Amino acid sequence: MSNSNGFMKALKCRECGHEYPLAATHVCEFDFGPLEVAYDYERIRKTLTRDAICSRPHTMWRYRELLPIAGEPTVGRQVGYTPLVRADRLARRLGIRELWIKNDAVNYPTLSFKDRVVSVALSRSVELGFTTVACASTGNLANSVAANAAAAGLNCFVFIPHDLEQGKVVNSLVYGASVIGIRGHYDEVNRLCAEIAGKYPWAFVNVNMRPYYAEGSKSMGFEIQEQMGWRIPEHTVVCMASGSLLTKIHKSYQEFSKLGLVPESKWKIHGAQATGCNPITQAQKAGLDFFKPQKPNTIAKSLAIGTPADGFYALRVMKETGGASDDVTDDEIREGIRLLAECEGIFSETAGGVTVGVAKKLIATGKIAADSSAVLCITGNGLKTLDAVVGHVGQARDIKPSLREFESLLARENPELVTA
Amino acid sequence: MVRILIPPTLRKLCGGDDTLHLRARTVSELIGQMHHRYNGVRDRLCDEQGRIRGSVLVYVNDEDIRFLQAQGTPLKPGDEVSIIPAFAGG
Repeated sequence: MSNSNGFMKALKCRECGHEYPLAATHVCEFDFGPLEVAYDYERIRKTLTRDAICSRPHTMWRYRELLPIAGEPTVGRQVGYTPLVRADRLARRLGIRELWIKNDAVNYPTLSFKDRVVSVALSRSVELGFTTVACASTGNLANSVAANAAAAGLNCFVFIPHDLEQGKVVNSLVYGASVIGIRGHYDEVNRLCAEIAGKYPWAFVNVNMRPYYAEGSKSMGFEIQEQMGWRIPEHTVVCMASGSLLTKIHKSYQEFSKLGLVPESKWKIHGAQATGCNPITQAQKAGLDFFKPQKPNTIAKSLAIGTPADGFYALRVMKETGGASDDVTDDEIREGIRLLAECEGIFSETAGGVTVGVAKKLIATGKIAADSSAVLCITGNGLKTLDAVVGHVGQARDIKPSLREFESLLARENPELVTA
Repeated sequence: MVRILIPPTLRKLCGGDDTLHLRARTVSELIGQMHHRYNGVRDRLCDEQGRIRGSVLVYVNDEDIRFLQAQGTPLKPGDEVSIIPAFAGG
């Protein structure tokens, strides 16, 4: 690569356009607007072709020119390229012609889409000379930062709400990270991390490294387009915590379209939240372009952000693309988890239950037309949020190791299967 | 006196300090006092109508002022005010 900054040109304020060097900083000094990475698209156009992409390994790094690091990735080189599954059985249950599941529940190494953003953020942190990395997290991010930092030999602090699911906590501790539980909800964890980031010279992936980190989410959208046969899906349903993933999937569609990698087309991006934490969907449904902060109360803890950083921009994307949004109760979330599991054999965490539940509502109300095609983004693995479904998915029936006892059970429960 | 935690974004303007102590009875008055001491602070924190920008979060004793009385939130000696960029986390 000829340029020492790779394909990046600068950090640029999304509000006022003021430019900054490519350092560890995330907001504009003049209006506190978010900084984004500006790319040299003319150079990218010369090397990022379909043929070039297809010749590269099946990881998120096959779209390397559009990911914000200067050199080659050093952390998380194996991340991404998760399956896009045709979901015919679920499509029939939801009443839509064509349905696809983008399954980041099996992303490597920590079973959520967060491995994408962390791979970028930590690779960039290493480039900038950091030796300690950290994050504010609702769980999945902490798992990914802890694992990837361990593999890269970096010191690691993760800050989480103290009442997270046990699976999420253990999945950070096992990698040797310092796990700090904060007695408060995520927004308080986030505030504390902003204060710590202002004092300690650490790379907080979603604070001072956020311009790089957030771009990693685009890779989920790049993969969707390639796996759909180089086209943009008509409808994409994305769960929203901060709203960042939704905005970056939209950006991935814009970038591939601009670079001529996919034909120009119209697309709609729809947002999904839990009713117990729905600042963005509440605003969207009321036709507002701003949200009111909330105090979350939902089993979808990975989405429990009452002050979503990108809420404003997520609302704008939904408006611009003609997308809709909705939210679902805890019971509807569990039903969504079961639907996906029973129809497609995919066990999602609670956030996936939110996505499926909201997709069901949007299809039922015609906001996603029955004769159209949709992709549902599943972002995390159900094994991490067992607490949310234990007691709601039935239970195993224990019997003696006896054929007679088994057949007695079968006669009671599935008499049509009994062989005389 | 009220203790203010200054975010890195504002430190260059505020002479490099990461904390500041001022007298003020409300959040609005506090921003005015900061602006008086370090010219330009108000323009960075507030829009043309004088409202705190959506990109800025202000906490009084760890509580988001949007859950209190917004810019009219009263302050008393010993309170801690934290100013945080909204675009973080998630």
